[in-house]
Amino acid sequence: MSSIKQALGGDLRQYGIVGALIAIVLLFQITTDGKLLLPNNIASLVQQNAYVMILAIGMVIVIIAGHIDLSVGSIIAFIGGIVALAMKDAGMHWLVAVLIGLALGAVVGAWQGFWVAYVGIPAFIVTLAGMLIFRGLAIVIVGETVAGLPGSFNAISNGYLPNWLGFVANRDAVTLVLGAVSIAALVLSQVRARRNTLKHGLHADPLGAFVAKVVVSAALIGYLAWVLAGSRGGAPIVLVLVGVLIITYSFIMGKTVFGRHVYAIGGNLHAAILSGVNTRRVNFMIFVNIGLLTGVAALVTTSKAGAAVASAGNMYELDAIAACFIGGAAVTGGVGRVSGAIVGALIMGVLNMGLSIMTVDSAWQQAIKGLVLLLAVAFDLINKRRAGTR
Amino acid sequence: MSSDHPTSAPTTSTEHPILEMRGITKTFPGVKALQDVTLNVRRGEVHAICGENGAGKSTLMKVLSGIYPHGTYEGDILFEGKPCEFRTIRDSEHRGIVIIHQELALSPYLSIAENIFLGNEQSSRGVIDWTKTNLEAAKLLARVGLTESPDTKIIDIGVGKQQLVEIAKALSKRVKLLILDEPTAALNDEDSAHLLDLIRSLKGQGITSIIISHKLNEIAAIADSTTVIRDGRSIETLDMHGAEPVTEERIIRGMVGRSLDQRFPHRSATIGEEALRIEDWTVHHPVQHERVVVDAANLSVRRGEVVGIAGLMGAGRTELAMSVFGRTYGSNIRGRVVKDGQEVRLHSVSDAIKAGIAYVSEDRKRYGLNLINDVKRNITASALGKVSRWGVMDANGETRIANRYRTDMNIKTPTVDALVGNLSGGNQQKVVLSKWVFTDPDVLILDEPTRGIDVGAKYEIYTIINRLAEEGKAVIVISSELPELLGLCDRIYALSQGRITGEVSREDATQENLMRYMTMERETSR
Repeated sequence: MSSIKQALGGDLRQYGIVGALIAIVLLFQITTDGKLLLPNNIASLVQQNAYVMILAIGMVIVIIAGHIDLSVGSIIAFIGGIVALAMKDAGMHWLVAVLIGLALGAVVGAWQGFWVAYVGIPAFIVTLAGMLIFRGLAIVIVGETVAGLPGSFNAISNGYLPNWLGFVANRDAVTLVLGAVSIAALVLSQVRARRNTLKHGLHADPLGAFVAKVVVSAALIGYLAWVLAGSRGGAPIVLVLVGVLIITYSFIMGKTVFGRHVYAIGGNLHAAILSGVNTRRVNFMIFVNIGLLTGVAALVTTSKAGAAVASAGNMYELDAIAACFIGGAAVTGGVGRVSGAIVGALIMGVLNMGLSIMTVDSAWQQAIKGLVLLLAVAFDLINKRRAGTR
Repeated sequence: MSSDHPTSAPTTSTEHPILEMRGITKTFPGVKALQDVTLNVRRGEVHAICGENGAGKSTLMKVLSGIYPHGTYEGDILFEGKPCEFRTIRDSEHRGIVIIHQELALSPYLSIAENIFLGNEQSSRGVIDWTKTNLEAAKLLARVGLTESPDTKIIDIGVGKQQLVEIAKALSKRVKLLILDEPTAALNDEDSAHLLDLIRSLKGQGITSIIISHKLNEIAAIADSTTVIRDGRSIETLDMHGAEPVTEERIIRGMVGRSLDQRFPHRSATIGEEALRIEDWTVHHPVQHERVVVDAANLSVRRGEVVGIAGLMGAGRTELAMSVFGRTYGSNIRGRVVKDGQEVRLHSVSDAIKAGIAYVSEDRKRYGLNLINDVKRNITASALGKVSRWGVMDANGETRIANRYRTDMNIKTPTVDALVGNLSGGNQQKVVLSKWVFTDPDVLILDEPTRGIDVGAKYEIYTIINRLAEEGKAVIVISSELPELLGLCDRIYALSQGRITGEVSREDATQENLMRYMTMERETSR
């Protein structure tokens, strides 16, 4: 058993949650007679859940540091309203509006970060206030639905990568190339990392396990690219956006000093302070960051709907928080991963889609999602307790 | 090894032991934590259990008190001659066995009386009878010699008094066998002495005690018999009143399986230039600004020198150190810090680290380590700049460095990827030391560097301290254990009520004169 663990890299919990995702996918694949994994459904799975994944990336960092952010849903409505008005009423170019949206996100994040990091008010309270403040402001700004946004803006969430390279075997070539490039990048980076580790004379996974891991990951990417290439329009634009964010933030949290500081703060705040971590600045940056990502999510959400409404983003914070906890983040901070949060978001997304295809009532969908959240965390807790009975 | 000279305690046929544990074996996946352990405790005695950290003392007590329920271990427990099959702590408490853990389990915002009767409320028909609660609590407090009002909140009394409340709570459960796990670890000498007196007086009232302690002098003073546990086995039971007097060295021999000729390793001191000087250092309480915690302290330390700071708890030792270390304690701090002849201003921890000062906290779990992270990430936590470029971590370099310290400091861990929380106290302390040595400091301030760790690991820590001094680092050691300071330091400052009341060299220092300085009262009344 321990040798299997070793071969898998020792992080069984992470695999547990991936296993759960695969099990859920297979379950729905059966109950929906294979409809779940139809190319168009996969594309819309990504498009419909992009906002959760983007928010979950920001949220998992907040949660690792031992905080919480309840305000992201309201901020999406607020920023979405301003971006839509900038295009519709002020007649700005959609790119300018996008930049305004991102900047505004960072500013809102800095506002909340100031209260948390420099005044020392618990994030729960600051963001609860933010939830009310920005929902109120959104209602003030967006009196009635702002629709009729530029087509290019709406394409962010609804569009696909253009079909520059034509078709191969009746499949979009750009998507296939994208898949191939991703696989190549994955293999190259993994091989390089492994070579580097061995060069330093450090322990690496056995060759067999390493190859198996890379092959499985590559096969998964290849399969997804192949299926997506056969969808209505190929790879959705948001897929690229989300992919870039996942890679960037996995790197930041896993490989940079900043990421290390976040884990240190969440793991033991006092020890972090006494180790010379500038905890205030790190906390401030964490909130600026989730503000920025909330700005991105606001653009995606507004673009998806093709309109801004004051009620946009309602309860999105809970989706993001749930994704983080399903993905293995600890309520007490110090533990969590970007990849885990993404898998958590995907589990929620697949549940949504599968249950929708099965035409399950949306009230029941909500109840089922709640139950999944509870069971995921219970599973985690029991696992930990078993590991810690000494 | 165990059968060499078992000086077993004489048990006359007339007196049945109150507790017999026979052939206790407790296995965790992959580890035998206890193996065929035997423990016999006579009625009305104080029975000490000694052993290094990780030897299995706490596990044994958990088996006894039902934390590990019957069926999860092998062997028999007989209490007052009757077999015990405890499934929960409640079962054992019902029979009169009460365990008081090292980390006290009191609710800080409830009163003393409420805590005493927590889970055992004095009520009639579900309504709490406050008169009875406070009256009974007052009686119990009198028995343990605590003069606080039962209304006082736990958070308002010190650790020493909290310990007494725990004992009062045990008494309220009609305790017959009281188990104390490291009861004096967090107490100063005065509170410790009081506690030991109390245990003696409870003995007079017919209460049997088991005391787990690292402080061998205390054991020598109070115990009637001592059982030594090593590597999960019961090695021997020593009769403390036997013909042959049991010395501390005798107990240590049993604990480590060899005799420690010296408890302190030898060091050849080559003392150099002055590394750090603190002048007229005055610190006020962080909340009560008018209260002076450190009062115009002056001290200095040279390269290659080990300087001790002795003081009773509350004398301001930690406060002095932390206020110097980037102002992490206190308010309205005045005075000068001179490093290598130049005045430095240390406004934050990173200033202090840059200036070449390191502070190893007295409370490693709370202030020193991220217990839910691994060994290597803890070791590099204070100097990430040395294992990163442009803010990007060098993961392989980090692992290599961690492995180097694992060897250098002899950190016993399966890999540097293991969680620090799973290591023993001594190994955790080595991780903290590694972390601070990795910042490459000139001055190391070590606050209680051997608190709560076993004899063998202590010796290793002393060796590391000596090595650091021999490498030319200046070391300041704060300790409550005077023998430790005497064995380790070239010079010792005594601190009392925030003032430095004395400075003695190694040759002149004795426990007596240090204690006199440490208890020196302020001449002028406030």
